[in-house]
Amino acid sequence: MLAYTLKRLLAGIVTVWFIATATFTAMHMVPGDPLMNDKAVSAEIRANLERKYGLDKSAPAQYVIFMKNMLSGDFGISFTQQNRQVNDIIRDHFPVSATLGIMAIFFATIGGVLWGALTALYRNRLPDIIIMFLVILGISVPSFVFAALGQLLLVNINSLFGASIIPVAGWGTLSHMLMPSMVLGLGTMALLTRLMRSSMLEIVNEDYIRTARAKGLSPSRIFFRHQLRNAILPVITVLGPQIAAITTGGFVVELVFAIPGLGRYFVQAVQQLDYTVIMGTTVFYGAFLVLMVILVDILYGFIDPRVRLS
Amino acid sequence: MNQSYKPTKEDFQPAAKSVRAEQISRPSLSYWQDAWRRLKKNTRALISLYIIIGLALFTLAGPFLWNVDPALQDLNQISQAPSWPKQAILVDPYQRWGGIVLDNFPAEPDDYLDIIPAPTNLRVVDVATTKRVRITWDPVVGAGGYSVYRNQRAPETINDLGLPLGVTDGGNEVSFEDRLNLEQREYFYSIVPTDGFDESDTYITLVVLPDLAITMSEARERNLLAQDTKLGDSIAIEFHPFGTDYLGRDMLARLMEGAQVSLFIGIFAPLLFVLFGIIYGGFAGYFGGQFDSLLMRFADFVVALPFLLFMILFKIAFGIGPGESGVMPMLLALVLLGWPSTARLVRGQVLQIRENAFIEAARLLGAKDHYLIIRHIIPNTMGVILVTLTFAVPSAIFTEAFLSFIGMGVAPPTPSWGSMCNEGVKTMLSHPHELFFPALFISITVLAFNLLGDGLTEALDSRMRSKE
Repeated sequence: MLAYTLKRLLAGIVTVWFIATATFTAMHMVPGDPLMNDKAVSAEIRANLERKYGLDKSAPAQYVIFMKNMLSGDFGISFTQQNRQVNDIIRDHFPVSATLGIMAIFFATIGGVLWGALTALYRNRLPDIIIMFLVILGISVPSFVFAALGQLLLVNINSLFGASIIPVAGWGTLSHMLMPSMVLGLGTMALLTRLMRSSMLEIVNEDYIRTARAKGLSPSRIFFRHQLRNAILPVITVLGPQIAAITTGGFVVELVFAIPGLGRYFVQAVQQLDYTVIMGTTVFYGAFLVLMVILVDILYGFIDPRVRLS
Repeated sequence: MNQSYKPTKEDFQPAAKSVRAEQISRPSLSYWQDAWRRLKKNTRALISLYIIIGLALFTLAGPFLWNVDPALQDLNQISQAPSWPKQAILVDPYQRWGGIVLDNFPAEPDDYLDIIPAPTNLRVVDVATTKRVRITWDPVVGAGGYSVYRNQRAPETINDLGLPLGVTDGGNEVSFEDRLNLEQREYFYSIVPTDGFDESDTYITLVVLPDLAITMSEARERNLLAQDTKLGDSIAIEFHPFGTDYLGRDMLARLMEGAQVSLFIGIFAPLLFVLFGIIYGGFAGYFGGQFDSLLMRFADFVVALPFLLFMILFKIAFGIGPGESGVMPMLLALVLLGWPSTARLVRGQVLQIRENAFIEAARLLGAKDHYLIIRHIIPNTMGVILVTLTFAVPSAIFTEAFLSFIGMGVAPPTPSWGSMCNEGVKTMLSHPHELFFPALFISITVLAFNLLGDGLTEALDSRMRSKE
């Protein structure tokens, strides 16, 4: 297990290096330059600015500097916000995105497993049909529509009570977080419900379920101990990529609900061509996602002994 | 008496040999015929297929049938709700109206009146049109003026008269002209008499439904005039079945043009990256060994890139020149990031198929590598590839919509369903149709492709066939 973990981590580091290189290359292909945003500056000031940010060096030299700085954990200074470290920006805004993402994953997993198990239990009966209809809706309606509708719902709830019970936008308290994270988790929840349903239905026909029934276990014990536990496994497999989808999919939700997360910051940085912030956040996100996938895989090994052996 | 049978010569002819007697009567079905037969049984998948064909027609043939310029702005018709075809009367340009001022003031009351009675005989002067509504009423004794109110529903009490439009200055001024933002809908005009200072507690209400009117010069500007139309004729004005957007552009025409962008990206990007994935994965899987692990390692790297962040990065890296729509950069970015999943899948399939006996047999017969790949391996992976392609379309459409929604997609004058949603969400409360229609089109398209993908998976899955 230890060797496996180390191997995965090593591969992860190489992957992060690749992500950083790709980011650097892409950024250097972008037309225009970050100093264009400022008011017209004289050639002298411009040269000084370029020296400050290291833009006067050749691309390979910049790459070496970028890699060196990154290894020491320094992503540089923002171009548009005076003397603000990219590290500070990440430190301030990433926890917000991460909280949102974790809550969304929480909602999605609990909901997906629960609904999926329920549909399998009531196969082809009314609850199954209703939930599967909702699942189809959740898969085919874009998240920004759900975000807008969610906000509308909050407005209606608030006006019904005549007071601002649940804030419609912003960030801070738990009540701020509920609606955005539910909206963010909705698509994943629909996906997991479908997956859970099919994996439950597959397991019903397994021999060990028949054995359990034959030896007289109660239906609820069979359901919880044998069926549910085994059906959850494929759900965990897709959790890694889904965490990636959710954390980057947070852009829209952060935008609609005015949440000061890193995703919104990234979009803003792209609009202002803030090189260092774009590169810093991209590499950081990439590293985070790689780590998440590795974590989920290792977790999977703990839950399913069959994986550990191979 | 029995007549004995006389055999004829024909009786001794040999019977015709039935060739078919031992043949299997059911026609043999190829893989694809069989899949098609099973797909046809799946109602949901079949309906989805029809919807997709309908969408394709909407996109390609629609603009020819609905010949309205999607970029034409009409600031007179901003954010109009969906409607049926409308007629408008041609009217004169506006002329000042002096109003009705009676020569005599209403008689002074003999005694001080507690309550001035409500005016009577409230009526419309001329024809009420959306250009102007002129009303008049009979004077009442003791009135020093009248207040005019307008509401969009029937008032229930005196506190419910609606918008105060104006006050007349004397008991003999018994008319009012309303030119304030009139639309073609019912208005409830109420008149309250005043004693010159305070309003009375009495009122009279009249319902008016103005006719839609258009002046000659407006009609000429909007190209609605035929040769022989004259004043007072009614002419058909522009018809917007799905309403108009915040610049008065026709939503239906924009949805059609937006469909061209969204479906172009949604279908061509997956086609391209699936094609690339087939080639990449096919080579890796077929040749195997070091070559395979090298190629797959690279694919793993690309998979690890945070998808949406790199979509945005690549899109801005390829740049949008002035006047360009930004469709091509997005297509390219999608292809660059989308191929590894197909490549992995195809490689896995190829690895499986490569071990089959028929490949061995073909090789024994002297088949070369490229022959084996093209003739045997690729056709056998086609089913899986088709399913991947079907599922890749909705995710590409989603990505486009998503990026356009956060303002990182196609450049503004070009509509796409996502950017239309972005514009519509701002006026969601007052004009919900501007968000509803593009969102509906995205949802229907994504749904149709998803259900078709499900149907194809079932139809092509050989595991399920054995259970039949």
